[in-house]
Amino acid sequence: MHPDARVSRIERFRLRAGLGRWNPGQQSEAWIFLIPGLAGFVIFVLVPIVMSMGVSLTRWDLLGPPEFVGIANYVELLTRDRIFSRVLGNTLYYTVVIVPLQLGLGLTLATALNQQIRAMSLYRLIYFMPVVTNIVAAALVFQWLLNRDFGIISSIIWDIAERYGVPVQPPDWINNPVWSKPAVVLLTIWKNVGFTMVIYLAGLQGVPEALYDAARVDGANGWQRFRYVTIPMVSPTTFFLLVIQMIGAFQLFAEPFVLFGGEPPQSTLSIVYYIWQNAFEFFRMGKATAIAWLLFAIIFVVTFIQLRLQRRWVHYEV
Amino acid sequence: MATTTGAARAGSNLPQVVREPLNRTHVVLHVLLIAGSAVMLLPFFWMLSTSLKYPPEIFTYPPTWIPNTIAWDNYPNALTAVPFDRYYLNSLIIAVSVVVLQLTTSSLSAFAFARLRFAGRDKLFTVWLATLMIPFPVLLIPNFVIVRSLGWYDSYQALIIPPAFSAFSTFLLRQHYRGIPLEMDDAARIDGASSFRIWWQIMLPMSKTTLAAVAIFVFLGSWNEFLWPLVITYRDEMRTIPVGLSKFQGQFNTRWELLMAGAVTAMLPIIIVFMMAQKWFIRGITITGMGGR
Repeated sequence: MHPDARVSRIERFRLRAGLGRWNPGQQSEAWIFLIPGLAGFVIFVLVPIVMSMGVSLTRWDLLGPPEFVGIANYVELLTRDRIFSRVLGNTLYYTVVIVPLQLGLGLTLATALNQQIRAMSLYRLIYFMPVVTNIVAAALVFQWLLNRDFGIISSIIWDIAERYGVPVQPPDWINNPVWSKPAVVLLTIWKNVGFTMVIYLAGLQGVPEALYDAARVDGANGWQRFRYVTIPMVSPTTFFLLVIQMIGAFQLFAEPFVLFGGEPPQSTLSIVYYIWQNAFEFFRMGKATAIAWLLFAIIFVVTFIQLRLQRRWVHYEV
Repeated sequence: MATTTGAARAGSNLPQVVREPLNRTHVVLHVLLIAGSAVMLLPFFWMLSTSLKYPPEIFTYPPTWIPNTIAWDNYPNALTAVPFDRYYLNSLIIAVSVVVLQLTTSSLSAFAFARLRFAGRDKLFTVWLATLMIPFPVLLIPNFVIVRSLGWYDSYQALIIPPAFSAFSTFLLRQHYRGIPLEMDDAARIDGASSFRIWWQIMLPMSKTTLAAVAIFVFLGSWNEFLWPLVITYRDEMRTIPVGLSKFQGQFNTRWELLMAGAVTAMLPIIIVFMMAQKWFIRGITITGMGGR
């Protein structure tokens, strides 16, 4: 963190300074430092938050003046809008499937790479590579990869079916509603598992080797060391990842959008896609912002529950 | 692990590799990791392979892994079908500007929050931080309206200015500045340094690692951002790579060789940079990902 060359330069200041107090007239000065950030914060965050609350109570197509409708948008969404309930169902599916897979695979990979294994940085490079790629390009590749007739996945499945005489057929990922959600899941996991792995690796570095040694002396085998040392010791990392991965899973957009060529089937619609569609295809700004606030409410409640539950299973000890 | 347990190993500080170059556990691990690597690399390979095939070969069964004839001209064809060079330039201009501006605004505010004393500091910071809980979609439409009323719709300003501010970067840098001993400031002030000079000559040089980490994180975010440029741009010349690529997909939806050539072009530079600076990327993602811990 503190490159030596710099410290020595700063050291000069310190030596010359000795002891003493300065009398800072920092009040006005502070505001000069704050002005650029504060201006952006007010214009692009605070004002929009207030505006967004207002807009969600109107019917507005961006062209004419907004018409105040009270909580009608929320009522419509929560009681009559069939698509919205599907969207919520899809989101629940994504969250429940993606988050545990992501955490499980990430921790497994991190544990494997943490064994002083050879070629560790090569593996890390390979698993992490999708994280830096563009999501649109990645989704495009998956659309083609999962193509029912000419995609390589189909071909591999046909191959296996032929060779072992198993009567399986490659699924129509893109058009069949049963398989379209797993397609989104595959893409998301492929794209993000490297991130989870890297964060877990950082968490694992913080586990003192002495704990493993102690467990070994007590005769714990590899699995027991993983179960009773690794898992509790990385639980703060798990908690952190759980929270941000859930927030991420609630906000998928480009994944279904691009995977299905800009027209995702209802079975894959995500909340953010539905917001985008209402705003910029149907020009229903009021409804779109109301959905956004419901998204916020869901994230808020889920995160709050997580924070409450963490006491039961997260071990904070250094 | 079963073969390597026992007192001989316990308590040793030597890296295990030194004494046991390849034990059974490691062989199993390598087999699994290589299988996993194959799965991770398959999409890249398939993309590259398709991008170098002529259409008849793309639609043959069974598919070929290596193209029979290498179709290099897919690349010039794809890159001229849409103005890819322009998308690239846009993405680059935007990402670099956002990184520079966001680091500047965030580190200035972070300095005030971490090192200066003023009334209402902690309250203001709490509000600032609390807004991190608001997901971007909530701000999407108001931002669209504000940016449009500023006359910035479909312009660089629209793509650069709103993302030039970040409560998250401010938070990360503030965390870092707080870790620098306050005596540094005292000493500099006694020598007559202004706050600005302390920020510029002490804080920034002492935060190089964190700044680099945040810069990589912000660059990646901007480079890959999809929703905001999708709604705020209209003309082809304002599109970024992700948006351009998605429009390209709509235009040529069965020309897989062109689409894959486009995808390769979009992915390749950042993958090359990543390979050369893997350590920095990982560190950047770890520092920002862990919230500055």
